[in-house]
Amino acid sequence: MTATASRPDTGARTPLPLDVEAIRADFPILSRTVRDGKRLVYLDSGATSQKPRQVLDAERWFYENVNAAPHRGAHQLAEEATGAYEEARAKIGAFIGAPENEIVFTRNTTEAINLVAYAMSNAATAKEPEFRTYAVGQGDEIVVTEMEHHADLVPWQQLCERTGATLRWLGLTDDGRLDLSDLATVVNERTKLVAVTQQSNILGTINPLGEIIARAHEVGALVLVDGAQSVPHQPVDVTELGADFLVFSGHKMLGPTGVGVLWGRYEVLDKLPPFLTGGSMIEVVRMEGSTFMPPPQRFEAGVPMTAQVIGLAAAVDYLQALGMDKVEAHEKALTAYALDKLAEIPGVTVIGPPDTVARGGAISFTVEGVHPHDVGQVLDDHGIAVRVGHHCAWPVVRRYGVPATSRATFYVHTGYDDIDALADGIRAAQKFFGTV
Amino acid sequence: MQLESMYQEIILDHYKNPHGRGLREPFEAEVHHVNPTCGDEVTLRIHVEGDTIADVSYEGMGCSISQASISAMYDLVVGKTVPQALGTGEHFMTLMQAKGDPSVAEKLEDELEDAVAFAGVSKYPARIKCALMSWMALKDASARALSTTGGQS
Ligand SMILES: Cc1ncc(COP(=O)(O)O)c(C=O)c1O
Repeated sequence: MTATASRPDTGARTPLPLDVEAIRADFPILSRTVRDGKRLVYLDSGATSQKPRQVLDAERWFYENVNAAPHRGAHQLAEEATGAYEEARAKIGAFIGAPENEIVFTRNTTEAINLVAYAMSNAATAKEPEFRTYAVGQGDEIVVTEMEHHADLVPWQQLCERTGATLRWLGLTDDGRLDLSDLATVVNERTKLVAVTQQSNILGTINPLGEIIARAHEVGALVLVDGAQSVPHQPVDVTELGADFLVFSGHKMLGPTGVGVLWGRYEVLDKLPPFLTGGSMIEVVRMEGSTFMPPPQRFEAGVPMTAQVIGLAAAVDYLQALGMDKVEAHEKALTAYALDKLAEIPGVTVIGPPDTVARGGAISFTVEGVHPHDVGQVLDDHGIAVRVGHHCAWPVVRRYGVPATSRATFYVHTGYDDIDALADGIRAAQKFFGTV
Repeated sequence: MQLESMYQEIILDHYKNPHGRGLREPFEAEVHHVNPTCGDEVTLRIHVEGDTIADVSYEGMGCSISQASISAMYDLVVGKTVPQALGTGEHFMTLMQAKGDPSVAEKLEDELEDAVAFAGVSKYPARIKCALMSWMALKDASARALSTTGGQS
């Protein structure tokens, strides 16, 4: 997998769509230094993004002015907190083209996926007949892909273990794409749900969801799209997408930690039993048993992460002011440049699609003769933060026969200077370990 | 440049020319340890005669620190009794908890020989596990070997 020469803009620095200097000024953390005074070159937004001042201010505003438990209490603060929380829900819904009653707040992507997986196993024993609609059991199949993050793999393995259903998966091609040649057999009449990522966090691949969703719906299966790496980086509209669930994390899209989103088609959410139970999600409680609220409240037990939701709404404002089209174009230009820069370094191999066609900005690479951990350590010494390891996608590194990779990911504050620093850092690692 | 403080010459030498590498017979116990955060792996075999470690053989993949640590450990423990080797392991653990304090390294120099070069690693919390993986595997393997051979420790 080497970069092709067919790309027209080889090595070119096309003007970037976003004003990187102005954006950097919004991120307080980018003005700190690391490792003895070096500028922080943050190329790990894929793990978690940095936060602009506007998001931090929104959280502080909430705590200093409004703080109360939403949907509880009759005092003014409780009213205002409920209003702010629900307004944020509407705004975050609009960001992905969804009505507010289809937005469920969770802790992160991981919890959103677990919510669906546990609801599907709880369905088997639900006393309400309509809650049994999506029950799975022996003879049923769940389909994932070999490029899923552990968060979109292990909960489905566990669902199958709890229910006796069978897990199947779509494999990968040598150039880092989904192998859809057996789509029609892997997704079949026994399939109850297909879980697939929109952008791979390790390969950068953007998957052809249309084809997969069409096949799944043809056989009556639900589709859950892992949007953890797509919603922060490209425009996503749930109506266009056509899936049944979309999940993503606030902390990867300039928002706070501790808040994630499950979007679900209302008709589907309405037929799912709860995952977590307790306060705020009940309709009537008696000692003998309880009934539950309609979605989204049915899935939000306990006092929610209110300030974080307010912060996430501020992140959505921030991204919308930049324009998601521009964010996407910005990262595409950076990706093209980075792929060229890495291709210029002998011994560097990109694991994933070699060009920018249907590809996002996660670039995993190996450096011949230098273990990814050691690459990461030398880069760190230069102030450059990348992720090293298996990126919570162990089957992927295994598939490509490498023990681990180093991964650079980009965001709105990333500029060409960051990528130049990365290329210089990789060369320094090669020199330090004597491979050149 | 802080890098040299972690990647001492001795460490890089062990990494490039590992001592005792390869899986050998006979052995009483074999263990497989992984570092789940990064995927580093080691398969380690131990051969004891009485309670003396006659051989430690291994295969592994991982970063320079994890691989050099196994090689330095091999030099330190072969020929020692199991309790002596585990005692050395305790000293190595102390070194890894030193947060780069040079006085700790100084005190342990005689006991740890080449392995004292790993002192710089203790300043990087994310890498301590890399250096410790081999020692954890040794502890595990020796416990199993003694329980199968009925050796006393
Ligand atoms: C594609 C993908 N899915 C799921 C997750 C899990 O997200 P979180 O850790 O925020 O739950 C991540 C990132 O960690 C990811 O990149």
